[in-house]
Amino acid sequence: MTDQPAPGTVIRRHALSTRIWHWINAIAIFILIGSGLGISNAHPRLYWGAYGANFDPSWFQPPHFPSWLTIPATYNLAMSRRWHLFFALVLAFGLLAFMIASLVNRHFRRDLTIRGAEMTPRSLLHDIREHLAFRFHDPARPAAYNILQKLAYALVIFILLPLVILTGLAMSPGMDAAWPWLLELFGGRQSARSIHFLCMAGLSGFIVVHLVLVILAGVGNELRSMITGKWRVPPAHPRKDTAIQEPGA
Amino acid sequence: MNDLVIPRRTLIAGGAGLLLAGCDRVAQIPAARKILFAGEDMHYGLQRALQNRGALAPEFRPDQMSPIFRSNGTRNPGTPAYDAMVANRFADYRLTVGGLVDSPLSLSLAQLAGMPARRQITRHDCVEGWSAIGQWQGPLLGTVLKAAGMRRSARYVVFTCADLYNGDPYYESIDTIDAFHPQTILALKMNGAPLAVEHGAPVRLRVERQLGYKHAKYVMRVDAVASLDGIGKGKGGYWEDNVDYDWYAGI
Repeated sequence: MTDQPAPGTVIRRHALSTRIWHWINAIAIFILIGSGLGISNAHPRLYWGAYGANFDPSWFQPPHFPSWLTIPATYNLAMSRRWHLFFALVLAFGLLAFMIASLVNRHFRRDLTIRGAEMTPRSLLHDIREHLAFRFHDPARPAAYNILQKLAYALVIFILLPLVILTGLAMSPGMDAAWPWLLELFGGRQSARSIHFLCMAGLSGFIVVHLVLVILAGVGNELRSMITGKWRVPPAHPRKDTAIQEPGA
Repeated sequence: MNDLVIPRRTLIAGGAGLLLAGCDRVAQIPAARKILFAGEDMHYGLQRALQNRGALAPEFRPDQMSPIFRSNGTRNPGTPAYDAMVANRFADYRLTVGGLVDSPLSLSLAQLAGMPARRQITRHDCVEGWSAIGQWQGPLLGTVLKAAGMRRSARYVVFTCADLYNGDPYYESIDTIDAFHPQTILALKMNGAPLAVEHGAPVRLRVERQLGYKHAKYVMRVDAVASLDGIGKGKGGYWEDNVDYDWYAGI
């Protein structure tokens, strides 16, 4: 690409569909995790297989999640479920709409396609080193996602979110009658419940890393780009220490 | 760098805490609550649209059953009337079938056991998250309702139970689609033996495409009704009336 924007210029980085989905999804995920932790407190034991209850061996016992992490704050399984099942619809149909929009506007193809050359150990190692040095943008193509970023987004959009939705459906006795293949796919309802929990943990990990990187890359610029779509191209060769100067500031 | 980052992370965590607390406030607003509770109707509509009317809940082989099937909810109604029934092994038990039917019935256990029965090994899913697989046997609820001549005006079937919650009998209800579903039975036996008290003796509803609290134990009355208004607090069940649980528990 030869028409790369110059440092300091403001470009339109995120499509309207991406921005709308990002915030709807952020709210939905936030509420789903909070209410899901409340649901976990009702029976904090995970199993593999079709069945699993108190007398059966459990591979993991999640901790009791404190009230500042759960929705509602005070234990109320019925209300946790109300929150969870409403926002499950927001998450699922939101993802579906985003995927359709991103195929149509070529967002997936343009920004998230992982090329073979990017997946070589040499390229991955290079990107890891760049991240450790807090350099997140390729000076030659500053608006493009780097490979670690692509992998993280692809993992969330194409693996973790679909998996969390399908394992959620597999826990529904009504859906098990409608779509029995859900149970075969995950090896039983309790396995689906375990995978659902692991997906939640993976998504939580993503959120932490995502927020830390947004902060390191510059909250103002990144936040604005996800609200108005406008993003200022960072300096081409940032000094290694710009982000880490003045620790007391 | 860390000094710069940690306060911001703390800020985000603090903000998240405020948002979580905000959710509880939102759930108090009647309009917001109405939207939130509409999720149930959406799931009910979507599932009914995706399911065939007679789509079966998965069934299992005997070797796939739970070694121990835990009990939950009421483990013994413990009322004098129930204790008396247990004492004479339910010889005086009668299942009353009424409401919108042409010929109300009063059925003994022997009469129920004499009806064509279905035996099924199914998974029981508690709303809390656990599952147990057991074998259930008993007449189809549909057979009983047909024998009583259920009228076309009926839209729901209500089950009134022998166990009391705050002085009132536990009750539950399902729509007529689930009532006539081929796996919806009035179970008299579990794992080959007459139902134990902790599992709902002498009669327990099995409605296999919904969660455990819909599977009413200690069933004494079955009533066909046109509307759930005026029954209990009108939401179709004890948990629905008192603790905000969904009436449609297919999810």
